[in-house]
Amino acid sequence: MPKFKPHIRVKNLNLFYEGHHALKDITVDIPEKEITAIIGPSGCGKTTLLKSLNRLIDLVDGIEISGEVIVDGEDIYSTKVDVTYIRKKIGMLGQKPYPLPMSIYDNVAYGPRIHGMRKKKELDGIVEHYLEVAGLWDEVKDRLKSPASMLSAGQQQRLCLARSLAVEPEIILGDEPTSALDPISSKRIEEVFIALKKDYTIVIVTHILRQAVRLADYVIFLYMGDVIEQGPAKEIFENPKEERTKAYIGGEIS
Amino acid sequence: MDRKLKEAIASKLMLLATVFSSLLIFAVVIGLIQKSRPILATHSLSELLLSSSWFPLRGEFGFYPFIIGTIWVTVLAMLFSLPLCLLTSIYLAEYAPAKIRAFIKPLIDLLAGIPSVVYGLWGILIVVPLIKDYVAPFFGYSATGYCLLAGGIVLAIMVFPIIIAVSEEVFRAVPHEIREVSLALGATKWQTVKHVALRAALPGVIAAIVLGFSRAFGETMAVMMVVGNVARVPSSVFEPAYPLTALIANNYGEMMSVPLYDSALLLSALILLLVILFFSIAARIVLLRIERRVM
Repeated sequence: MPKFKPHIRVKNLNLFYEGHHALKDITVDIPEKEITAIIGPSGCGKTTLLKSLNRLIDLVDGIEISGEVIVDGEDIYSTKVDVTYIRKKIGMLGQKPYPLPMSIYDNVAYGPRIHGMRKKKELDGIVEHYLEVAGLWDEVKDRLKSPASMLSAGQQQRLCLARSLAVEPEIILGDEPTSALDPISSKRIEEVFIALKKDYTIVIVTHILRQAVRLADYVIFLYMGDVIEQGPAKEIFENPKEERTKAYIGGEIS
Repeated sequence: MDRKLKEAIASKLMLLATVFSSLLIFAVVIGLIQKSRPILATHSLSELLLSSSWFPLRGEFGFYPFIIGTIWVTVLAMLFSLPLCLLTSIYLAEYAPAKIRAFIKPLIDLLAGIPSVVYGLWGILIVVPLIKDYVAPFFGYSATGYCLLAGGIVLAIMVFPIIIAVSEEVFRAVPHEIREVSLALGATKWQTVKHVALRAALPGVIAAIVLGFSRAFGETMAVMMVVGNVARVPSSVFEPAYPLTALIANNYGEMMSVPLYDSALLLSALILLLVILFFSIAARIVLLRIERRVM
């Protein structure tokens, strides 16, 4: 049994996609206010697992899912749960930055607005605060009204992060959040993640081992839909117990 | 033959074809201007456009009733079709399960292929009696049923398939990921459609509307069959009107012995063309503006 306090508990999660068994009886615990990295070769189900954690997987047709994902003591797949509430609580940062087709300001204000906030002053405060947190404020404070698409990819990704944070989630999911970025922009996102973990539980999917080593406190190694090994990052990277984990970390399977 | 030579010939040939097709618009405009010169030489443009007296035999050519007729029929058609088209295309693109979409889409596309004379007949058989017996009396008017409203309804149905097909494509071209972004922030589906999909699709939807508008504006046969064709400024939607297109189709080739008559008709054709050109250009400008603002 884990020694930490889990924020998300996945129990016997099975997922079939058009008959293909994509996630096989996954049981993992994700620690609170730490960075958990889900690693594994491409096509092993990392992103599927991540999207199961905020029910974004619901959008895919032909999915069958069973098992439980318990967040704060509540199964998010329970029929009593409001999915918009789950997604507000569990934010997501995608592989590529997708700014909404609106201004920088409106991108960050979008989430608070759809959840009912109307007061200009409060919105201004939220926009400034989260752009600060995402490390973008100084670069955009003079052009908040210009289209978000004018920003560079790296800036867009930080904008997307600010947008996710603005709805005040407890958990942030990152699906290879730096894969479309140059090394300097990637580094900035990583720095923001490290700074964020004192307040948020963070789960990232990454296929870059070195990134997992730099960021992760806890690691889940996924291989063909199976959790092969999970544990504190130090143990997994320095002293893996499973042969396949060793092989993956040693670069023999990818 | 040398393949470089073939290359040169092929590219020149394509250039020639492109130049030819792009010059056609100028050929049409210049031809119409030439033909409408005689009437412009003897009548002032403001008299032609703003006078309501249409007595070709007396040499009076006031296009005002026809222009108003055209505008009214088009506006009515757009008013009827726009809400329906938008809701349908949003439903098909965003909400409908794949099976329902696969069933409905061909039905709507089929509408586009129906010849306009069939729409006209359908208008005469269904819409006109309906207006005469039920709609007009309900509003306290007595009418023959051959009126602006009938023209507007028939036209609305004719522009349906165009606007729906184009705007549905536009909605489906909006990247799935930006919807995901919105949903991942806890937005409902409708919020996502309204604030994100519709916004991203706006330029394309406007293009679809302009396309439908041009079709409605220029449509002749079906409108002519149900609109009554009386050269008077209508005072209600239950009165007959006489759009420019109907004027040209009904009269060109007839009564050509009347002096200036053919020149007058060609001028009205020129007016139609210029209005549609104007709207296309205006739409382009609006599109550019929107794209600069949001994209």
